[in-house]
Amino acid sequence: MIERVALFVTCLADTLFPDVGKATVTVLERLGIEVVFPLEQTCCGQMHGNSGYPSEAAALARRFVDVFDGFDAVVTPSGSCAAQVREHFEDLLGGDDRGVPARTWELSQFLTGVLGLEDIGSTFEGTVAYHPTCHSLRLLRVGDAPLRLLQAVPGVELLELPDAEECCGFGGTFAVKNADVSTAMLDEKIAAIMASGAESVCACDSSCLMHIGGGLRRRGVAVRPVHLAEILAS
Amino acid sequence: MTHSSLDPAAARDARPESFPHAATGALANQQVRANIRHATTTIRRKRAGVVAEVPDWELLRSAGSAIKDETLASLDAVLIELEASVQAAGGTVHWARDAAEANEIVVGLVQAEGADEVVKVKSLATDEIRLNEALEGAGIRPIETDLAELIVQLAGERPSHLLVPAIHKNRVEIRDLFRDRFGLPDLSDDPAELAEAARLHLREAFLRARVAVSGANFAAADTGTICVVESEGNGRMCTTLPDVLITVMGIEKAIPRFRDLEVFLQLLPRSSTGERMNPYTSLWTGVREGDGPQTFHLVLLDAGRTRVLADPAGRPALRCIRCSACINVCPVYRQTGGHAYHSPYAGPIGAILAPQLAGETGAVASLPFASSLCGACYDVCPVLIDIPSILVHERGKAVARERSGIEGRSLKMLGKAFATRAGYERAQRLGRQLQRPIARDGWLTHFPPGPLGAWGRSRDLPALPAQTFREWWESRDDRA
Repeated sequence: MIERVALFVTCLADTLFPDVGKATVTVLERLGIEVVFPLEQTCCGQMHGNSGYPSEAAALARRFVDVFDGFDAVVTPSGSCAAQVREHFEDLLGGDDRGVPARTWELSQFLTGVLGLEDIGSTFEGTVAYHPTCHSLRLLRVGDAPLRLLQAVPGVELLELPDAEECCGFGGTFAVKNADVSTAMLDEKIAAIMASGAESVCACDSSCLMHIGGGLRRRGVAVRPVHLAEILAS
Repeated sequence: MTHSSLDPAAARDARPESFPHAATGALANQQVRANIRHATTTIRRKRAGVVAEVPDWELLRSAGSAIKDETLASLDAVLIELEASVQAAGGTVHWARDAAEANEIVVGLVQAEGADEVVKVKSLATDEIRLNEALEGAGIRPIETDLAELIVQLAGERPSHLLVPAIHKNRVEIRDLFRDRFGLPDLSDDPAELAEAARLHLREAFLRARVAVSGANFAAADTGTICVVESEGNGRMCTTLPDVLITVMGIEKAIPRFRDLEVFLQLLPRSSTGERMNPYTSLWTGVREGDGPQTFHLVLLDAGRTRVLADPAGRPALRCIRCSACINVCPVYRQTGGHAYHSPYAGPIGAILAPQLAGETGAVASLPFASSLCGACYDVCPVLIDIPSILVHERGKAVARERSGIEGRSLKMLGKAFATRAGYERAQRLGRQLQRPIARDGWLTHFPPGPLGAWGRSRDLPALPAQTFREWWESRDDRA
């Protein structure tokens, strides 16, 4: 049993979505796990890596490994940042990753895979559509871990999201470099969310939720974007 | 919708030939988008069904990938063996460094036969080198015999999909085209009737033509056997009826052994058309007296392939067997269709292969950025090409070559700031200060030109909250 974890909150949640970080702390502490937040942490370098800046990404990867070496587990509320660490650090660092990627877990994988839990004592009221974000689904392979956690929350009524596995069109700098295509993809995602009839749309990545949420608000659609950690912390 | 002319990065991205610019035009065509959505949705469902029924699919993918890698690792030797085998079977082999050389060779061969027309099997390699234009320039009429290629040719357009070149057209549009070009004013849009009209048109050409031009799906080096996989039988007509057959193939289509076809003939039809087996697989080895073409020419095309081969991180793109499974699952292609790619290679594979073959220059240089890196392409690729990783690799090349725009400067500044805790926290505070004039009630209310403006055209953005997570954490620590 892991009794102490380091939280990698991600630069995005730290700066723009602190409630997601707080919710992650609440969930872990409710399970009796001591949460450490190394203040030296900054960013995993995903944005640099994916945009074609490998040397900047490698420098941030080295920093990540320095900051989080020495913890048995690093937990992060982001599928895409966890995927950056687990899938790309080895190449970026030429193998010199001190085993940190293998000890870094996206929240739903940590709860279900490492701790073997599904019901973690949450309660929530409302209908929820779950959007599996691309990197959690196809890079990290979280599978149905987030869904199993949601199904175990009393009061959550999961509604089917049509074509759930289609990308929402965020894609980091893609959203601004190819803004019109990104918007067309977002329009399809929002139509699917509306078709689901859910009050909330839930995901494991603040970045995708920022994109979907920004689109919902601009279009005046009263569906609430909510991170998995926020439902589990309730 | 406005593209800011003040922002150099946006201005560069909006160059007339770039993908973002072309995509904006493509997105405006609702009819084409609806056709593409319908067609790709149908094909991907079929593919998923027939792939799921193969118990050793993952082993087949590994085998296909391994055979291609083995070939690429010794391509020089494989090609020389292929040349010897083709010659031994009575064929002639030509080597073309680039599109111009390949076109010159083919035009010369057709002229030497005294022919003024050729029938063509659907071929991406000849689309790539624009052979039809070269033939027409020399007074030779190329006749596309694949139904969809014929439609595209009659319409004076370019293919929009590797496998389904006329995916952007529906049958009403095709009926109108045939009514006009074939002089059949009463033609209906019944698919059988449309096919019959094309069949009559093509049969005359098959029986008349003395020269045929094809591509190749595979070429076995040990036997010199060329393989063409197709659905309509037009390829079989072309490769058997005319006296002279000219095959143009990219050098990466070689495979070491005839028996390797066992793997690829399982992978290809299921991945491409979603069929267990394609209707026509034509195999020929040189020439045989009294049976089929009496003269066979094989043109081996480099046109950038050896440059791709020399780049270890980009090399796996040469495994591609042109099935188009990646295109049919791509959420970007689904919105734009193929024309926005300015290349016969569209979708995810086009977004890497087109710039790779072109040396990352010209109209296709913006393609590696035409992806959200969603990864759906890698999941369906029958030869395990990690397209997202090669996209990122190609982005790195583009970044290294281009002058740094607003995005490059921002990312480099952020990279520096994020190198230390002090720099990172300073950036967070600076962000809160800078947003003050444009934020109200927790949301940005005004989007300046540049990346924020591009975001704000269709999406709201929350303002940075008063307290970061780390500030909360430290205040919490103080309490404790």
